[in-house]
Amino acid sequence: MITVQELTKRYARTIAVDHISFSVEKGQIVGFLGPNGAGKTTTMRMLTCFFPPSSGTATVAGFDVLEQPLEVRRRIGYLPETPPLYLEMETVDYLRFVGRLKGLSGAELEKRVDYVADRCSVADVKKKLMGKLSKGYRQRVGLAQAIIHNPEVLILDEPTAGLDPKQINETRDLIKGLAGDHTIILSTHILPEVEQTCQQVIIINKGRLVATDSVENLQARARGAETILLEIGARGGELLAPLVQEKLERVTGVSRVRCKQQFDQGAVFEVESDKGRLARGDLARLVVESGWDLNELRPAAMSLEEIFLQLTGSEPAPPPPAEVPAPEVQA
Amino acid sequence: MRSSWIICRRELHSYFSSPIAWLLLTMYSLIFGFFFWNYLANFIVQGMEMQMMGQMTPMNINEQIIRPLLANTSFLSLFFIPMITMRLFAEEKRSGTIELLATSPVRDIEIIVGKWLAATILYCWLLVFAGLNFSFLFRYGHPDWKPMMVGYLGLLLQGAALLAIGTFISTLTKNQIIAAASTFGACLLLWVFSWVSSYDSSTWAQVLSYMSVITHFDAFDRGVLVSKDAIYYLSVIFLGLFFTARSMESLRWRS
Repeated sequence: MITVQELTKRYARTIAVDHISFSVEKGQIVGFLGPNGAGKTTTMRMLTCFFPPSSGTATVAGFDVLEQPLEVRRRIGYLPETPPLYLEMETVDYLRFVGRLKGLSGAELEKRVDYVADRCSVADVKKKLMGKLSKGYRQRVGLAQAIIHNPEVLILDEPTAGLDPKQINETRDLIKGLAGDHTIILSTHILPEVEQTCQQVIIINKGRLVATDSVENLQARARGAETILLEIGARGGELLAPLVQEKLERVTGVSRVRCKQQFDQGAVFEVESDKGRLARGDLARLVVESGWDLNELRPAAMSLEEIFLQLTGSEPAPPPPAEVPAPEVQA
Repeated sequence: MRSSWIICRRELHSYFSSPIAWLLLTMYSLIFGFFFWNYLANFIVQGMEMQMMGQMTPMNINEQIIRPLLANTSFLSLFFIPMITMRLFAEEKRSGTIELLATSPVRDIEIIVGKWLAATILYCWLLVFAGLNFSFLFRYGHPDWKPMMVGYLGLLLQGAALLAIGTFISTLTKNQIIAAASTFGACLLLWVFSWVSSYDSSTWAQVLSYMSVITHFDAFDRGVLVSKDAIYYLSVIFLGLFFTARSMESLRWRS
């Protein structure tokens, strides 16, 4: 659905996006991840034909962004970082305006306006001036205008920025619900969002592509081996951690054992093993056969945060800002 | 051109749902009303004086009221045009809504024509409100309506041309005040260029004087439709919109 090859955007002195290539399959939700200023918005603006790339190509739904920008734009719904609202308009007038601009008219237009207002839960503010809407409503009106013409591709620039936790969940559910019919790219610097919403992740940093893969693969890849958390309880007696550790190390496939925590009645071990699940079974058997209690045995999933840090080698992404910065349409 | 009309309608909606349009209409009507009242009073006093002195110089409403009034109107427009055009692009750039327009399946030129058209329609409303005053002349006198219409056409063309320049200037900045001030400067310059012709007749002076909007308004004001002058205004409109399109394109490449 979307193919990007060697896409580059140069400003006067800096390179905002540096030879990025990736592709997105139809119906997928892709998380576009990176710290602030990594080039997410720039890439999205090139995909939406807001401005042309300096070099490289991108095709959306089979149309080239440079050669046939109008065809591309017809198939894209775009929610910029700041929802592009005319504050002196009523919500419903605004949705009609955007609908007309995207080629809808007549009864179909009214139907779509009602549908998206309903879908994005803005039906109750239809007759309100948008200048009077709260941040959450503005964001949802922005989302409503993006999907009004039922586009094949949705590009959402930080769709949950500035929302409260409840609204964030609603918006995520909404986005998930839209997948399937639509191919969605959403940018964010909030990692759990990607883990919860997306199937595929594209990580960029300083304009360069760092990784692109499915969420699970990425976790596995960053880890290389499987890590298992094992909590063992001593049945009545005392547990000698070094002894246990030694026993665990002897299990086939185990490469390293570390005692993470020790308390009166047991201990927690972190066991690294080669890929595959065999080690887990052997570990469980060993524990039980040795007469200990197996309190917990689970794979220690690496959070995207850790992967992100590992891949970008940078400080963690700053917490989501309380306020969205002023819209920057550079002259 | 359907898209242009959609954009034009939204712009008009924006003008009339904010105080801008109403404020401009009020100010314009007030000032024009004052002009009208002045010329009319002058005309009446002059007429009475002539009667008392027994002179029978023919008096003419067209020549003594309408013509100077239209000339003043064309000057008055200079002050209003920047206020109409300043927000066209500057505001969209500041609020980020330009991103919506620029990523919609609409050609740049359609956006530009739509916005310029909305500005011109608002300007027409100013002229209409001013024109209401003339109905009194027709009620109590018998002015010739044809030269007046030509004069009005001239006002419209001159306004549309300056609005095109204002539209262009509005794309250059995201600050409305700067857009308004520069537009006013440009309009005023185009106005006073004609002065050089009064003391200089070199080629340069002729070129400058030809560039002036007022040089070309003269004939319209006299009620004479000269194609050369109409073509001048049409080319300024074309040039203004052309530059706006280039400016938007460079906006895309640079930003």
